[in-house]
Amino acid sequence: MARIKDAREAAMVGRRSDGTLTRRPLSPHLQVYDMTQMTSLLSILHRITGVAWSVGLVLLVWWLVAAGTGQSAFATAQWVFGSFLGWVVLFGLTVAAWYHTLAGIRHLFWDAGHGFAMDAAYRSGRLVVIGTAVLTILTWLLILV
Amino acid sequence: MAEDSASIRSLRSPLGRARGMGSAKGGTRHWWMQRVTSIALLPLSIWLIFSLTRLMGADYVVVLEWIGNTFNAVLLLAFLTAAFHHAAAGLQVVIEDYVRDELKRFAAICAVNGLAVLLWLAASLSVLRIAL
Ligand code: HEM
Repeated sequence: MARIKDAREAAMVGRRSDGTLTRRPLSPHLQVYDMTQMTSLLSILHRITGVAWSVGLVLLVWWLVAAGTGQSAFATAQWVFGSFLGWVVLFGLTVAAWYHTLAGIRHLFWDAGHGFAMDAAYRSGRLVVIGTAVLTILTWLLILV
Repeated sequence: MAEDSASIRSLRSPLGRARGMGSAKGGTRHWWMQRVTSIALLPLSIWLIFSLTRLMGADYVVVLEWIGNTFNAVLLLAFLTAAFHHAAAGLQVVIEDYVRDELKRFAAICAVNGLAVLLWLAASLSVLRIAL
């Protein structure tokens, strides 16, 4: 077992059934979750898309500041967003934004005390995934037509 | 008014219980504000995403006109305020979960909050400059 550097970890030392010492994972201990399970995968995706949306906010700020600065600054921003890489990033942000929004609604229902039963959690999880696909396609149809 | 020891069911002091701040010294305010801002962001982000689909690759004057419209400017400012509050509060929780070292954690949280305020001000100033 590696040396303990943080005093709080002393409380997290346990023993395996064969008696050897092991360090228990600290919350949110991603390594112990089975990411092939829909519930844990969707949970971490809410966090990842939340961070991605935060990065997207920075792009929105850049776009607004460029618009407020003048013609040439704005042209640069529009050119970057209109480039191939720009479209790839914006498409990814669309997926992240819709996923985070729908999964966020799911979180708010949980916060209000609803939908904890296993079958309900799987059902709402599937709804979030399907909703994300539908809204992303709808958004890009509006852009392209 | 003697305190009946049999009635004490918790190791928390009565004053600590009344304050309700817990070990994080912050109570539920941080958590609660994140829920409030997410409810505000629900309609605002739907409005923003669908509005932006119409502005992809649009001419400069069209974009200026859109931002300058009072209705859009007000909703933009509302979105920016709720979004930066929510994002900073959310990123703080992510940092608290993964950054163990106290000093690094404190520095990261300060950086995120400071950056959020500066970006929020910059974006709001631009909206106001165009709208006024
Ligand atoms: C501008 C848009 C948004 C940004 C930048 C953003 C960002 C974030 C971030 C970084 C987190 C932290 C993730 C975590 O702790 O795992 C978070 C959490 C959360 N977001 Fe958002 N978010 C946005 C919009 C929304 C919307 C529209 C909703 C709801 C309808 C929402 C609901 C939530 C909820 C409920 C949480 C807490 C999740 C939890 O307790 O694990 N967010 N958000």
